[in-house]
Amino acid sequence: MTVLRNMRNWLYERLEWDDLIAPLRKKTVPLHRLSYWYFLGGITLFLFVIQVLTGILLLLYYRPGANEAFESVQYIMTQVQFGWLIRSIHSWSANLMIFTAFAHMFSVLFLKAYRKPRELTWISGVILLVLAMGFGFSGYLLPWNTLAFFATKVGTDIAGQVPFIGHPIMIFLRGGEEVTGATLTRFFGFHVAVLPGLVTVLIAFHLLLVQRQGMSVPPKVERDWSANPSAKRELKFFPNFVLRELMAWYAGLGVLGALAAIFPWDLGVKADLFASAPAGIKPEWYFLFMFQTLKVIPSKVLFIDGDVLGILAFGLVGLLWLLLPFLENGRVALSKQWITGLSVFALAYVIAMSVYGYVTN
Amino acid sequence: MARGAVALSLLALTASLGYGQRQTKNSCLDCHSVLPEPLGVTQETFSHDIHAQKGLTCVSCHGGDAVTDDPTQSMSRKAGWKGKIDRRQIPALCGSCHSNPNYMRQYDPSLRTDQLSQFHTSIHGQRLAAGDTKVAVCTDCHGVHDLRAPNDPMSMVYPVNIANTCAHCHADAQYMKGYSIPTDQFAKYGKSVHREDLMVRGDLSAPTCTTCHGNHGAAPPGVDKVQNVCSTCHVFQAQMYDKSSHKAAFDAASLPGCVVCHGNHDIAHPTDAKLGTGAGAVCMQCHTPGDACDQARAEMLSQLTRLDAAVTNADQALAIAESAGMEVSEARLGQSEARDSLTKARVAIHSFRKDLVDQYVQTGLKIAGKDLQAGQKAMVERNRRRAGLGISLIAIGMVLAGLWLYIRKIEH
Repeated sequence: MTVLRNMRNWLYERLEWDDLIAPLRKKTVPLHRLSYWYFLGGITLFLFVIQVLTGILLLLYYRPGANEAFESVQYIMTQVQFGWLIRSIHSWSANLMIFTAFAHMFSVLFLKAYRKPRELTWISGVILLVLAMGFGFSGYLLPWNTLAFFATKVGTDIAGQVPFIGHPIMIFLRGGEEVTGATLTRFFGFHVAVLPGLVTVLIAFHLLLVQRQGMSVPPKVERDWSANPSAKRELKFFPNFVLRELMAWYAGLGVLGALAAIFPWDLGVKADLFASAPAGIKPEWYFLFMFQTLKVIPSKVLFIDGDVLGILAFGLVGLLWLLLPFLENGRVALSKQWITGLSVFALAYVIAMSVYGYVTN
Repeated sequence: MARGAVALSLLALTASLGYGQRQTKNSCLDCHSVLPEPLGVTQETFSHDIHAQKGLTCVSCHGGDAVTDDPTQSMSRKAGWKGKIDRRQIPALCGSCHSNPNYMRQYDPSLRTDQLSQFHTSIHGQRLAAGDTKVAVCTDCHGVHDLRAPNDPMSMVYPVNIANTCAHCHADAQYMKGYSIPTDQFAKYGKSVHREDLMVRGDLSAPTCTTCHGNHGAAPPGVDKVQNVCSTCHVFQAQMYDKSSHKAAFDAASLPGCVVCHGNHDIAHPTDAKLGTGAGAVCMQCHTPGDACDQARAEMLSQLTRLDAAVTNADQALAIAESAGMEVSEARLGQSEARDSLTKARVAIHSFRKDLVDQYVQTGLKIAGKDLQAGQKAMVERNRRRAGLGISLIAIGMVLAGLWLYIRKIEH
C-alpha cells in the first residue's frame, strides 16, 4: 500500500489533477423517478469502448480480401485462443450498442432532453447513431459470408436508387459496378479507419456538451420541483453516479459474456460471387424497418418509382428528425403534443415494420 | 458513294438469286384456321412451328400455291399440291430438307443431317419399310404444324417430355397389341431414380427413353449394348465390372450385365441392402449361402455399413455442436470427403474385390473418425466455455455487490 501511495504522490506532484476533477466533484445529476434513463448513454459508450478493444484484437488476425477474409475469421473462431469470445463479443456488442443508441435517442425524445440549449447534443447524437449503423453495415460484410455478401448487394443497390447521386454513391461504396473483393477492402477501410475517426471526434463533442450542460430534467419533474423546491433531489456525479454507471457497465459485461458463450456469433458459409441469392435475404435488424417499407411501397406511385419515393421519404424524415429541436415553436404546449405524438408513432412504426419484416419472407 | 453503290448492287444480286425471298401470303390458313380437326390449323398454332418461324409455309410440305385465294387453283395438282402426306412418305419428305447439309446449313450449321439414314436403321424405320404404318414416323415424335425446336420446353422431344411422347404408343396396350413387347415401361420408368433426377431434380442430362434406346436410330439394346449404354454415364462402375470375374460369367450365361442386378426401366436408387440377404438383395439369386462369394459379400456389406454408420455418427455430432453455436465448418468439409469415400467404396462393389472396397472404407473411416472427434471436442469446448462463463458471472456479481455496498456506505 505504501508503494501505491508513493506512486500516487509521485504522479500527483507532476499532474496536480485537483483542478481537472474539481468540476466533476461539483457536478450533480438530478435524481427522480426517471433517472435510470440517464444510464443509457453511458452504456452505449461502454459498448463502443468494448467495440474498439475487441476490434483491435480482431485486427491482429483478420485479413481483408475476398480470398482470405472468411478463412481468417474461421481461424479466429476455431484456432485463436479466446478468438471465438472476442469475435462473438464484438458482434453482440455491435448489435447491443445500436439497440442502446436507439433506446437512448427515444428516451431523450420522450424526456424532452433535446430542447434548448441541447440542440447540438441531439444533432451530434443522431449523427452518431447513423454512423453506428454505418459501422454495422460495413462490419457485416467483413466475414465475407453469403448472407453478408447479398445483404451488401441489396443495401448498395438501394443506395444506388437515390436520384442523381445514387449511382456514383453505389460505385463509390462498391469500388465498381458489383460487390467484389474491392468492396470488402474499402468497407474494411471505412470500418477500421474512417468511421472510428469520425465517431471518436463526435463522441468527444457529444460528451463535452453533456458535461457542460449537465443532465436535462424532464419538464414535468421540473414543474414539480419549481412548485415544491424542497422535493428537488440531486446525486453527486463523482463518485455516486459514476459508481452506479460502473455497475451498469459491469452488468453489461456479464450480459455480453453470457451471450457470447451461450450463443456464439455464427460464421455462415463463405460468399460465392456466382451463386444465386438465398431466398428471403434480409438486412440486419436495425435496417429492417426501412427495408420492409421499401418492400411494401408499390413499384409505381403515380409516375414516381416506388423505391425512389421510399428513399426520398426516408431522407426527408431523417432530415426533419435531425432538425427536430428547431421545429418546436414558441407555443410549447402545442409542440409538446405533436412531437410526443410523432415520437410514439415513429417508435411504433419502427417496431411494427421490423417485426413485420422479420416474420415475412 | 462508291461503298453505297456496291452495297445496293449486292442487295439486288441477292434478291435476284432468291435468297431471303419467302412467300409472305399464306392463303391456306384463311380457310384451315376455321376448319375443325383434323384439317384445322390456326395462325396461332402455326406461329409456334419452327418451320413457320424460319419462313417456311404450308406449301413447303404440302405443295400448291398459297398466293392465290382461289382453292381450285391453290390446291390443284397443276400447282404441285400433294394434299395429306401419306405416313409412309413422311420420313422421305422431312429428309428432303433435313438430309441435305447444304440446305440445312443456312438455318443451323451444327444441325445433324443423318436423321433419315438413322431412321432407316431403327426398328421403326425397318417396320415402316416392311409396310407397318403403325410405327412412329417423324411427326409422331416431333409433332406437326406446331413442331418446335428440341430445346423448346414445349417441344415433344424436350428431355422432360420425351417419356410421355414415347409412352403415347408404347404405354397403349391396345395400340401395341401384336408386338411382342411389354407396355409397362413408362409406368416403371415413373418409379425410377432416373425419372426422379430428370423431373424432380430438374437434371436435363438425366436419362430418358432416348438416352438408352437412341432417337432416330431407336432400337432395343442387346446384351452387350445395355452395358455400353449404362457405361456412357456410369463410367467407373463399367470399368470395374469389365475387369471383374462377373463380366465373363455373365457373358457366358448371356446375362445382360447391369440389368441383372439393377433392372432396367424401374432402376431404383441403389442401397447397401442389395448386398444383403433380405428384400431387394441380389447376390443370393445366383450364389449359394456360405460359399466364398457369399462370405465376401457379407464382409463388403459389413464394411459399407460400418462406414455409413461412422459418417452418420460424425454428422450427428457435428449437428449437435452446430446447434450449440460451435464453429465446425472445417469438419463439415471433411464430412464431404468421408461421404466421397463411401460413394467410392460403393462404386468399388462393381469390381467385386474386397481389398478395393476396404481401401476406400478405411480412408472414409479415418476422416469420419476425425470429424466425430471434432464434433465431440467442440461440445467439450462448449462446456468449458459455459463453466468459464459461470465463474466470470460470479466474479462480476461479486464486484457488483461490492460496488453496491460501497455506494450504500458512502451515501449513508
